[in-house]
Amino acid sequence: MFTDLSLLSILMWLPILGGVWILIIGDKQASLVRPIALIISLLTFLLSLPLFFAFDTTTAAMQFTEKVNWIPAFGINYHLGVDGISMPLIILTTFTSVLIILAGWEVIKDKISQYMAAFLIMEGLINGVFAALDAVLFYVLWEAMLIPMFLIIGIWGGPNKIYATIKFFLYTFFGSVLMLIALLYLYFQANSFAIQDYHTLPIPLEAQMWIFIAFLVAFAVKVPMWPVHTWLPDAHVEAPTGGSVILAAIMLKMGGYGFLRFSLPITPDASSKLDWLIIAMSLIAIVYISFVAIVQKDMKKLIAYSSISHMGFATLGFFIGFMIYKNTGSIDGGVMAMEGGMVQMISHGFISGALFLCVGVLYDRMHSRQIADYGGVANVMPRFAMFVVLFAMANAGLPATSGFVGEFLVIIASFQANFWIAFAAATIMILGASYTLWMVKRVIFGKIGNDKVAALQDINKRELLILSVLAAMVLLFGIYPAPLLEVMDATVQNLVEHILRSKIPL
Amino acid sequence: MQDTLLTIVLAPLIGAIIAGLLPVSRRIAHSVTIGAVGLAFFLSAYVFYQIIFAGHAIYNETLYTWLVAGNVRLEVGFMIDSLTAVMMLVVTFVSWMVHIYTIGYMHDDPGYNRFFSYISLFTFSMLMLVMSNNFVQLFFGWEAVGLVSYLLIGFWYTRDTAIYANLKAFLVNRVGDFGFALGIAAVLMAFNSLNYGEVFGLAQAGEYKQTISIFAGHEWSMITVMCILLFVGAMGKSAQFPLHVWLPDSMEGPTPISALIHAATMVTAGIFMVARMSPLFELSTTALSFVMVVGAITAFFMGLLGLVQHDIKRVVAYSTLSQLGYMTVALGASAYTAGIFHLMTHAFFKALLFLGAGSVIIAMHHEQDMRKMGGLKKYMPITYWTMLIGSLALIGVPGMSGFFSKDAIIEAVHHAYDADRAGAWFAYYSVLFGVFITALYTFRMFFLTFHGKERMDEHTKEHLHETPWVVTGPLIALAIPSIFIGMFTIGPMLFGGYFSDSIFVAAAHNPFDPEHYHGFISFMLHGLIQPPVWLAAAGVGVAYFLYMKRPELPEIIAKRSGIVYKILVEKYYFDRFNDWFFAGGTRKVGTFMWQFGDVRFIDGFINGMADLIDWFAGVFRKVQTGFLYHYAFAMLIGLAVMLGAFVY
Repeated sequence: MFTDLSLLSILMWLPILGGVWILIIGDKQASLVRPIALIISLLTFLLSLPLFFAFDTTTAAMQFTEKVNWIPAFGINYHLGVDGISMPLIILTTFTSVLIILAGWEVIKDKISQYMAAFLIMEGLINGVFAALDAVLFYVLWEAMLIPMFLIIGIWGGPNKIYATIKFFLYTFFGSVLMLIALLYLYFQANSFAIQDYHTLPIPLEAQMWIFIAFLVAFAVKVPMWPVHTWLPDAHVEAPTGGSVILAAIMLKMGGYGFLRFSLPITPDASSKLDWLIIAMSLIAIVYISFVAIVQKDMKKLIAYSSISHMGFATLGFFIGFMIYKNTGSIDGGVMAMEGGMVQMISHGFISGALFLCVGVLYDRMHSRQIADYGGVANVMPRFAMFVVLFAMANAGLPATSGFVGEFLVIIASFQANFWIAFAAATIMILGASYTLWMVKRVIFGKIGNDKVAALQDINKRELLILSVLAAMVLLFGIYPAPLLEVMDATVQNLVEHILRSKIPL
Repeated sequence: MQDTLLTIVLAPLIGAIIAGLLPVSRRIAHSVTIGAVGLAFFLSAYVFYQIIFAGHAIYNETLYTWLVAGNVRLEVGFMIDSLTAVMMLVVTFVSWMVHIYTIGYMHDDPGYNRFFSYISLFTFSMLMLVMSNNFVQLFFGWEAVGLVSYLLIGFWYTRDTAIYANLKAFLVNRVGDFGFALGIAAVLMAFNSLNYGEVFGLAQAGEYKQTISIFAGHEWSMITVMCILLFVGAMGKSAQFPLHVWLPDSMEGPTPISALIHAATMVTAGIFMVARMSPLFELSTTALSFVMVVGAITAFFMGLLGLVQHDIKRVVAYSTLSQLGYMTVALGASAYTAGIFHLMTHAFFKALLFLGAGSVIIAMHHEQDMRKMGGLKKYMPITYWTMLIGSLALIGVPGMSGFFSKDAIIEAVHHAYDADRAGAWFAYYSVLFGVFITALYTFRMFFLTFHGKERMDEHTKEHLHETPWVVTGPLIALAIPSIFIGMFTIGPMLFGGYFSDSIFVAAAHNPFDPEHYHGFISFMLHGLIQPPVWLAAAGVGVAYFLYMKRPELPEIIAKRSGIVYKILVEKYYFDRFNDWFFAGGTRKVGTFMWQFGDVRFIDGFINGMADLIDWFAGVFRKVQTGFLYHYAFAMLIGLAVMLGAFVY
């Protein structure tokens, strides 16, 4: 019986149905809602682990696939599967979801069942986005996922939540519409909605350019890349802690995933032609946004800007391979850079999630995100201070934390493309440490800032558990990242070989 | 062997975890960490014996694969050769002494366990750094010691000066690490490997990418670019000009860590690194000259600053900067062995001086201003005599350990000068006159502290007494090698091929010819007729005259020398410039980019679009009036237009 059930479908539908169930239970039995939500998310996480352990690392082909006719008239299928790129992202999603449910445990008092349901449903939809191999299925899930996010910010958000939600929605929606046009064009060319068919479809250069731009707008907004990033700080500031975590840890990764699944393999020639554009945007994100982050007065805004800057490493790593190949004639540098970008995405999920949770811990107690309202928190919350310093160091890319691995790989790989690109990228070592540790200095260290700080209570057991789990992950992938790179290696090798072959029809 | 090495590394780490994370008593915290580091020391001595005396082959094994990316395999592993063995011994011994000393120094501190946890963690990190067999693990150790240094400088985190100093230290070090990371990238590009053995083998065989294009159309020597980038890392960690600014401020941390981290071990990591990379640096005389000049500037100009400091720890700190400059000059002159030799002797006598200064500070109830000391000799005899030994070693009195190592460096620079290396003349005169400066500031400090009038207040004077044995014990234990280590090790280290398995020197560059070495006594006698000894003597003489005979003179000189004195007191205006240009400038740029770039420009555009749409919507909404006759009218007009279009 169990073998008939497909794992990916379960990972997608279990949280969605669980969410619906919780909605039916409703707020009247609020004491039931929390444990049920936790059990569902925990179960989903546990069920996602076989993806990792039973994963065949020797092949780049899709695994755990399933395919059912959905709308036969148009050849639309319910087609799921994962490779070395999407699988880690799914596990990151199921992992983060458990922590989010825990983080909202006693903090959210208003409409608890809707809150939990929104997150569970979103988890299922995101798992679907990463697993979808059919363009229509992908697009539907991609858009559907906006709805719970929209509600999370709009209902449980801060004072300026309406502006933030509208901005968030319009930005991302505008991007996706262009993607839809590109997908429709591809359908008419390939006469199929299977994403993998698009990978092998020969496309003339001019058409590739247009498709590339359409995808770029969609994914750049999501990542977000400079200059379409301004929705993110606003969304973060207004979002509740859980919303910020899922936004930073998972949603941004969908943009990066899009580049790997759509832009690069479908339009490799256009990617090669326009790689300078992405590289420039990435470097601007790394340098310019870091400067902006330094002067932020709001902790969440600072971490939001830090996220944009760190995601610049992911996009840089994905697109630097063309230049490395031109320079060295070998694909190895490109593989290293792309794997570095992938590791950066996973690691950023842990670190930014952890930092937003840390801000949440403070916000729950003081109801302020302003750096100036704090000072000397270490005096009254020593255990909390230890975690903050750890995650801050991880954010600054200290070796032995996961934050180091991706940045380091991207820097040393891009050196092979061009000295100055590596030079600009490596400034993150100085700038990232500046904005993160300066914030730590002002919030955590020093004399007790005011009476409110003096009255703070150190983290409770629930918070300790959440932060410990994240700390363990950050250290684990810093000390031993080999398994993570192993699962993606075959896929990335294959992808880099693929994008270096021209698809222009002769 | 692997088990032994793992124990050496992991024992301090486990000690740190127990003392730091578990709720243990003070007694257990210090017992566990001292026991762990002591164990590491004895095992390091065993390893040292195995490598040096028992003829054990170089140990170079992988522990585990950190990751594989592309065709590059990055591993974690150990390489133990003579260079590593010396470093392990120095690190664990000084660390062990500092652990014991800490019991006394931190006696009343509420962060007692945390402190022990940090210094054990430091020992672990430093061992990982020196025992690595590849660049990535080296970088790990490099950054990890930086982290612990950050935590320890800011140990008293309620002090504004401490948390300013630790942020500054971390960021300045990050500037160095920025270069270092790019240097590692260059190594990977040139050799396609980050393993020492492979890289050095390929370097000697000449099989690597020779050039790199940095500015389009100009091919530069890959090795030169690589070595200078790597050296930028050393400039940060070993506090070389102009990245030296963090080290004096790091004195905000407790004194034991000034001795351990900011004198004996961490700051010498840069020296160790360059010596380790000798097979690469030997390939580029350009890079070596760069190293030599930077070291010379640091050696001379930082020594001068020691003359105007009033804080006893800061004098020792500037002395450390200057001595690090000496080591760096040695590296630049291809005398890597002399650099490491000085690193070792300096570790002992400088740790001794710091701990001695700390002993004085304890006795003075945490008063560090030398203007409020004086005449401490009779209250603290053990501290006095051990400090005297440290001072004599530092200024290079013949027979003391510092004499051998410093003389070797000056000889080596002279050799480079003879060989017409670029910048060698400047380096030679810098290190030579640096000897005079060293003697002057050292004995200025010594006389001001231990001799002359007792300038402290009555209350302090009543309580003055020698510090407890946990403080004086390590002083004595460090004083012994400060005297003797030089004479016994100079032969094998510099002339006996002790480092032949680990440090590579091109035959033409080698300044130390075994033919000319006839034992340490003749080296000493030879030294007596050389200028450095007389310069040192002159320095002590001037200090005696100024601070013992005519103590009113220094102030007059300070007043008369006006602008020069001001520049020295302002530390060449480096801190002011950095605060204004880098710290202030960064904030200005950030604010501008945020307010103008993000808020005004991008969001202005986006919100402007939104307003525009809003306006359009407002206009068109008026069309929907809800009156049937308006719609009917519009339909009629539309019909007319369409019909018209069809007709024509």
